[in-house]
Amino acid sequence: MSKFIGDAALAESATGNSRKNDDLSQQTTAPILEALEEFKQMRLVPFDVPGHKRGKGNKELTDFLGERCLTVDVNSMKQLDNLCHPVSCIKAGEELAATAFGAAHAFFMVNGTTSAVQAMVLSVCKKGDKIILPRNVHRSVINALVLCGATPIYINPQTNERLGIALGMKLSEVEAAIRENPEAVAVLVNNPTYYGICSNLKAITELAHRHNMFTLVDEAHGTHFYFGKNLPISAMAAGADFAAASMHKSGGSLTQSSFLLCGTRVNAKHVRQVINLTQTTSGSYLLLSSLDISRRNLALHGEKIFQQVEALVEYARVEINQIGDYYAYSQELINGDSVYDFDITKLSINTLDVGLAGIEVYDLLRDEYDIQIEFGDIGNILAYVSVGDNYKNIERLIGALSEIRRLYKRDRAGMLRHEYITPKVVTTPQEGFYGEKESLTLEESIGHICAEFVMCYPPGIPILAPGEAITEEIIEYIKYAKDKGCSMTGPEDMEINRLNVLRGGY
Amino acid sequence: MELWFSENHTETVKFSIKVDKQLVSVQSEFQRIDIFESEEFGRFLTLDGYMMLTEKDEFIYHEMITHVPMAVHPHVRKVLVIGAGDGGVIRELTRYKEVEHIDFVEIDELVVKVCREYLPQTACCFDDPRVHAYYEDGLKFVRKHEDEYDLIIVDSTDPFGPGEGLFTKEFYGNCYKALKADGIMVNQHESPFYAADARAMKRAHKRIVESFAISRVYQAHIPTYPSGHWLFGFASKKYHPVHDLNAAGWNALNLKTGYYNTNLHKGAFYLPNYVQEMLHDVE
Repeated sequence: MSKFIGDAALAESATGNSRKNDDLSQQTTAPILEALEEFKQMRLVPFDVPGHKRGKGNKELTDFLGERCLTVDVNSMKQLDNLCHPVSCIKAGEELAATAFGAAHAFFMVNGTTSAVQAMVLSVCKKGDKIILPRNVHRSVINALVLCGATPIYINPQTNERLGIALGMKLSEVEAAIRENPEAVAVLVNNPTYYGICSNLKAITELAHRHNMFTLVDEAHGTHFYFGKNLPISAMAAGADFAAASMHKSGGSLTQSSFLLCGTRVNAKHVRQVINLTQTTSGSYLLLSSLDISRRNLALHGEKIFQQVEALVEYARVEINQIGDYYAYSQELINGDSVYDFDITKLSINTLDVGLAGIEVYDLLRDEYDIQIEFGDIGNILAYVSVGDNYKNIERLIGALSEIRRLYKRDRAGMLRHEYITPKVVTTPQEGFYGEKESLTLEESIGHICAEFVMCYPPGIPILAPGEAITEEIIEYIKYAKDKGCSMTGPEDMEINRLNVLRGGY
Repeated sequence: MELWFSENHTETVKFSIKVDKQLVSVQSEFQRIDIFESEEFGRFLTLDGYMMLTEKDEFIYHEMITHVPMAVHPHVRKVLVIGAGDGGVIRELTRYKEVEHIDFVEIDELVVKVCREYLPQTACCFDDPRVHAYYEDGLKFVRKHEDEYDLIIVDSTDPFGPGEGLFTKEFYGNCYKALKADGIMVNQHESPFYAADARAMKRAHKRIVESFAISRVYQAHIPTYPSGHWLFGFASKKYHPVHDLNAAGWNALNLKTGYYNTNLHKGAFYLPNYVQEMLHDVE
């Protein structure tokens, strides 16, 4: 794909999070929803797929999910448009979404934000290209590199010693990486990280553009930036070229639905072709309508919704910090660089001073208190708070954390602290993944090159990615995380007792 | 004209009272509050359509949730009451001279207002100088107190509405923390009879057993509650509900009661076999 970065476009993007939809009245429609309503009135006799025929052929499923749900689980047809080649209601829905997010183009994605991340990487990278990115990316980014054969230039994120978490990228480090790799085609940024930490997105975007590189933004945890007040700058407002926005997280749509947003420098027709390489040709109308309805809701009510979420989280943070030992962090982490901004809707809590790993608190909350939180890792937990929450549930969470401290607090000696170990990249993810491999035990694998992913899910950030050296420190970390009860994924060996490595070691 | 109040006790069982007139119906931030007048049960209060109390049988509930712990603990001076917006528990507690301080925590102030106006039989004693009212979440209130109360009475609604947080392990654990070393917690414990109530009952018992050294269940007969067979939980750090009963001491107080007496106190802890089995399952 040809690269074109114009100065005029740069200047235009130099505004805050002000959405371009000054006129909200146009956002009151939901074209996919309306097309489905109309379709139901038509009472067509279905001699097409899906074979459950509006649920009549699968009573058990219809009883479970409900008839209203099954009647709109339909396939592409003239009056409902086609996700792969949208010309009517899906096209209108995408245009409304683009306006709502201040993007030049928006794509409805039905295979998760993973597919949005992969599409943006595959749109700008091909084999042999270099892409600059922080190593604490979601696995979907490195997956894309396995597929296209691009070479990652990792910027090691700064870490916070007290919390043990990876922060954002320092501008100076991005500058250095660009200087050393002037031929790189793109810079990828997390906005924000799972924990809520943002890099200086606007400056990084401007820097990348000055060097004729695209800016790609993994905004899986930042959909609300487009609608809330007092929140970090969104990718599109910062002038970025691509953003993968998880509508199903803070946006309220169904699981697996997402938006890929593009800026003005992007050839959207090419992006559509890239998306169609891997996207289903039977896009789910349940997912599509959920995107359409949620976009409308956010455009009309998002500001109020996220104000409520902010208030809930702020209340919880103050109360949790009063319990003692827990540290629910926030904007005080901001340092102007590696923590350029903080997403105050994130309820991230460090648990190490309670003497418990985050994953242990996560398990206790679920097993003992019937509370399911988003994730727990080595030293932190994240409770996901959204428009669906209320003060009563927040009280339960706070009450349970207080009880866990009273009943389970112990000495923190012997606890691992760091979530992040700087990897040693030996070869590209593609070569690492497709190379000739052998299976070794964890101990035997030390000193070899890993041929697969290893990660805790959530958060899904690889501890090891294909092509990286396996060190003693990493194996110790994997064993510790397993021992503490982290849900480990990635390797062929489901028990994670063995790892696939490249034959021949290194 | 026939006007009936009906409550589904299960999906296929209905309980109805013929209503003379509806006295008030308001929607609060938390729930719908109604008070009706009936010939058989007098006035009665419902929340979200669920029977809370009637003038005719409320004495059974309020006496049993209050006098049982009061006859066991040797010196109850500071009490925390959670829920109980109708005032019945407060009425019974204020009969004891030794009680010096009652913190009363109810999430829905409108319930208290409505009861003060329409149910003076129970809402009679909120103005007692020992009573300190807090209109906030019970879990939040109790979380901030430690080693403070001799007795906590949890007079909650069912665990399917605003009262849900009062049937959780975090709530019982925080009550434990708020009690003194010889403190007692008594709670509304649902019914063992219908399946949905029994599930809630077992769940509550499991959570209390996990938090308290002594955890026993006792029963009473409450005609207007589902099945009429109702349970209370007695959870304690030190005192046994039967062995430590001070019958002579309580009888010397000369409190007039309609249901409770110290013999019935002991009997209330002897449970039917099927209830014992349910409790045993989760202990």
